[in-house]
Amino acid sequence: MNKILEAKNINKFFHDPVRIQVIENLSFSINKGDFVSLTGKSGCGKSTLLYVLSTMDTDYDGGLFIDGEKMPKNNEGFLAKIRNEKIGFVFQFHYLLNEFNVLENVMLPGLKLAKYSREEVEHRAMEKLKILGIENLALKKSNHISGGEKQRVAIARALINDPHIIMGDEPTGNLDKKNSDLVFDIFNQLADEFKQTLLIVTHDPSFAERTHRIIKMEDGKIIS
Amino acid sequence: MRKRLLLNIAKSLLLARWRQTLVAAVGVTFSITMFVTLLSFMSGLNDLLDGLILNRTPHVRIYNDIKPNADQPINNSTDFNKAHNFIGSVKSDGNRQAIYNSEAIMKSILKDPRVIGLSPKITAQVFFNDGNVDITGSIFGVNPTEESKLFHFDEYVTTGNSADLTKVNNSIILGKGLADKLLVQIGDAIQITTSKGDRIQLKVVGTFQSGIKDFDNVQSYASINTVQKILAVPNDYITSIQVKLKDILQAPAVAKEYERLYQTDAEDIQTANSQFETGSSIRTLISYSVGVTLLIVAGFGIYNILNMMIFEKMDSIAILKATGFSGRDVKNIFIYIAISIGIFGGLMGLFFGFSLSALIDQIPFNTASLPTIKTYPINYNPKFYVIGIVFSFITTYFAGWFPARKASKIDPVVIIRGK
Repeated sequence: MNKILEAKNINKFFHDPVRIQVIENLSFSINKGDFVSLTGKSGCGKSTLLYVLSTMDTDYDGGLFIDGEKMPKNNEGFLAKIRNEKIGFVFQFHYLLNEFNVLENVMLPGLKLAKYSREEVEHRAMEKLKILGIENLALKKSNHISGGEKQRVAIARALINDPHIIMGDEPTGNLDKKNSDLVFDIFNQLADEFKQTLLIVTHDPSFAERTHRIIKMEDGKIIS
Repeated sequence: MRKRLLLNIAKSLLLARWRQTLVAAVGVTFSITMFVTLLSFMSGLNDLLDGLILNRTPHVRIYNDIKPNADQPINNSTDFNKAHNFIGSVKSDGNRQAIYNSEAIMKSILKDPRVIGLSPKITAQVFFNDGNVDITGSIFGVNPTEESKLFHFDEYVTTGNSADLTKVNNSIILGKGLADKLLVQIGDAIQITTSKGDRIQLKVVGTFQSGIKDFDNVQSYASINTVQKILAVPNDYITSIQVKLKDILQAPAVAKEYERLYQTDAEDIQTANSQFETGSSIRTLISYSVGVTLLIVAGFGIYNILNMMIFEKMDSIAILKATGFSGRDVKNIFIYIAISIGIFGGLMGLFFGFSLSALIDQIPFNTASLPTIKTYPINYNPKFYVIGIVFSFITTYFAGWFPARKASKIDPVVIIRGK
């Protein structure tokens, strides 16, 4: 199988206020097309691990490989490019830019990548919105739509550059049951239909159970 | 493409808080307006004050100074030519103030490509007789056409016509103060006594106001021929030649050269009027410091507003970084914001600065000593506008640079986890 993401012997410490180990010698890998959930109790280090895997947090020991390439720790510009091109993010809070409308929010990472022309990026963004069934919101201001809709816009934004992997940090944590199910269905559809690799951090057991693979963490270690 | 995207983001962030942006831009506008106005006005005043003296002063004046002869007889003796000779009680040799061979010298100077023109001049010390009172004064013998062309003579002749000096025989133009003391008007005759005791009648054809009252109280102008007649000297008697150069900065060098070439004394304008140079440069310095201070204050305003904006936009910055914008991109976005505020505010400032200068230029300013000045003087030198816009650019760049750097250092993990 094709390893999209691989972590080798990752250790991470928090230094403030006292030095504690949050992640202990952790190794695992995710293959292409996997729909993986990362679960565990609050404070077990799952979010911390996700940020290490996302390249945003570089204060760790060990090796991180994305698409077979080792991630450097002190090349901020390179990591930004990796995030732009190969990783899509969905956060618990929707983090849309209120200065832009929905379509522009989705387009931003695409424009940054500059692989396609502006018109093409716009066309692709509309397609992603269609997949998620929110193409009618395209021209609305991003602070004028509901929470569930915002999360779907965030997923569309994560998809715009056809990333190798989508990472979610409690993407349903702030949504009601109906919207949670909707978001899960979208993830499921992406995994089944588009063979999209997904790594979702969640503490919602019903969400985790329905994914293809569950990584369970406790006290900085993987227990199953 | 990439730059355009960052500019677009900067524009959206700016327009989202347009009121704040406007306040920042108004700060810059205000300071640039004041900077341009202040410098235009100050430099207008400087030019005016300098003009009072400098426009009327020759760049190089050739004359014979009253001083001891450098070639004393003992130096010619072969017995002592190897020794240093100390000579006591040397007297100045001032019996000939006229310039030797003045006609030839003038012809040769006019051929010099560095020279705009020259005007010969004679000075006569006389007494103006007013009943039983004698007023000491002097008459300058000038060529009114040349004098007007080179040294703005006719601008100061407030009544009468400077050309009449050559048209009317034995005519004189009196200083305003002198005419008031003598109680004479155009057409009246006055009597003068020369230093040799001769009495001569002259006809008043005008009065002048130089802007310096002490001059106007004792001085007067006549044609060269008239003064030569007063002094009872021949037609080639000239006591000084006033030269105007194309480049005033060459004056010291030209003066030295003429001194050597024509075996006379020559004085340059810089040596003769060094105090004016000092005055203007200090006034300019003060205006620049006030202007720059205004700009720096505006810079702090921009700094504050950008800092606030970054605080408000923490989430946006975090998401931009998470989706692949690097720290440098974020920094550029905020620098673009600062610079657009600077350029927009600066251009408005130039416009308002020009308007305010033009307004001041219309305010009446009448003073007895400056007959040619009717409104406040303004110097519309484009230099001030260029300096203004460049400075607004630089200050806003630096005002934006520090907050932008802060924004580029924001750790997205801290913001995203912090919620």
